[in-house]
Amino acid sequence: MDGAEVVEMHGVRRAFGGTVALSDLTLSAMAGTVTVLVGPNGAGKTTAVRMITGALRAEAGTVRTFGLDPAAAGDIVRRRCGVVAAKPALYDRLSGWDNLVYAAELYRLGSRAPIQEAAARFGIEHALDLRVGGYSTGMKTRLALARAVLHDPELLLLDEPTSGLDPESSRAVLRLIDEMAAQGRTVIMCTHLLLEAEGLADQVVLMEDGRTLVAGAPADLVNLVWPHPSVVIDAVDRSVLEVLMRLPGVLAYHRDAGSASVELDDLARVPDLVNALTAAGAQLTRVTPHEPTLEELYFAVRSGRADGGLLPTRAPAEVGV
Amino acid sequence: MTATLTTATFPKRRRPRSSSPTWVVARTDLRQLYQSPDFWVPMLILAAFFFVVAPAVLLFAITHIGGNDLVQKMGATLSVLPGTARTAIDRRAPHANDAVKASYALAVYLFAPLAVIVPMTISTAVGANCLVGEREKGTGEFLAHSPATERQLYTGKLIASLVPGYATTLIGFGVYALVVNLIVGPHVGGWFFPTAQWWVLMLWVVPPFLALTLSVVLRLSARVKSAAAAQQASGLVTLPAIVVSYAQSSGALFGAGAGELWVGAVAWALAGLGLWRGAGAVTRARLLGVDGDLD
Repeated sequence: MDGAEVVEMHGVRRAFGGTVALSDLTLSAMAGTVTVLVGPNGAGKTTAVRMITGALRAEAGTVRTFGLDPAAAGDIVRRRCGVVAAKPALYDRLSGWDNLVYAAELYRLGSRAPIQEAAARFGIEHALDLRVGGYSTGMKTRLALARAVLHDPELLLLDEPTSGLDPESSRAVLRLIDEMAAQGRTVIMCTHLLLEAEGLADQVVLMEDGRTLVAGAPADLVNLVWPHPSVVIDAVDRSVLEVLMRLPGVLAYHRDAGSASVELDDLARVPDLVNALTAAGAQLTRVTPHEPTLEELYFAVRSGRADGGLLPTRAPAEVGV
Repeated sequence: MTATLTTATFPKRRRPRSSSPTWVVARTDLRQLYQSPDFWVPMLILAAFFFVVAPAVLLFAITHIGGNDLVQKMGATLSVLPGTARTAIDRRAPHANDAVKASYALAVYLFAPLAVIVPMTISTAVGANCLVGEREKGTGEFLAHSPATERQLYTGKLIASLVPGYATTLIGFGVYALVVNLIVGPHVGGWFFPTAQWWVLMLWVVPPFLALTLSVVLRLSARVKSAAAAQQASGLVTLPAIVVSYAQSSGALFGAGAGELWVGAVAWALAGLGLWRGAGAVTRARLLGVDGDLD
């Protein structure tokens, strides 16, 4: 299925009463990739996930999952999807084993093997006979993940899977997600924790107010917002750093109370900058190429949208994965 | 990822069965109920009171402490029973005194509505919580994304609500039969219960009344915002249902066989209509707890 479009949403709109959850959502996820939906609370991430499985229907626009309309062929689509909701959605009065059996029976799996494999994979087999109400948040998340992959779904939809977890558990869950993606599953994950998406996402979709602000591979998005490489430079006597403004290849110079940062036409200019500063008597303490994080990207895009300047003029669909 | 785990242990790990999602939902709901003694123990006490304690005490008092004022008054109530009932009593125990006849009348006719109150109370309590409970606990999200159809989810929930009440009633009915036969039987020439009308009542009249009530309760459970609201609203709905079915079941026992069958037939038709309409109340959007349903 590699290369095929697993999820396609175009111009999707959905309101609940007077509240518009999705106003104009467009996104696409290719097979075998990890797509991270990033946005503040209320951006429409959860509603988007619910549309993909057909649990909710769109008022307008097109939704296709595996090439099918989930509103019409929801039973087929849902058999091929595994979902981990924002709340683990487990039955507290049942044991871990019974929770997994419930899902296995709904997906008509008639053997214990998938349950045992999933439980072993997520490290919860020792707790399967215990009531889920006594599980920690981390264990509940692991159980929810195990339940989501029981039927070996092609598409995994994870809605803030690390919500409420401590950093260690959160990292463990992200590692498991990474492993599942490495095995060829298509993953769509919602989060408002941008660090989570870092290094995991093949594609990032920034959402706000129920629409796509920008979408693409993280590197492409960074290039879109910051087309020129940036270097952070600091020196003992910072006044010398003013020299940078006059050097060739320097496109922009910013200086706050601390270090300076310069935008260059090419990173290959860095040795020349260092030489020039040294010649000017600067004692350099830091020369670091700056790689913007997703968090910076997120705020840059959002602030750009707010002041009408920084947001890329290209449409989201033009930024490929 | 360490956890503080309860020490409760569970029986041998069972194997998943390949059955219809309807039965899977029903079975799992019943399993949860079974593992919630805080819910079913009070229900068991209720059933025990109505089917065993109250009849046993009353019948024992009437048959064994004869001659007091209460028994005299109970005997006098025989005169207000319908003619068919009085004829049946006279035929069964022609030479019995008023106390025995009164106890026979109590056992066969006047406790009949208990067969309706108990299942309705239990099933309503289960049904009121079954859909809104999923939403409140967040497990509605799991069901909404599952491959089960909305109709399968509805039917599964209906079965899971109906079974505890009806099963308790059938068991209670069996125990009740034992109690009245042991206490009253020796005075009227042997075991006499259940009578033919009681079989019809239990198998033909009670189930549709139960289903009809549940069709309303499940619709409420799908629509209201909280389990507390579902319980309140269900109580309001169930009360008149109990009154109507109380009257109907009493009438069924007092009336001729054909009348009893008609009461059941009408109740079945209404129940079928109610369930058919009620099935539409369960939507994925409602399981998710969102408004503005398009389904």
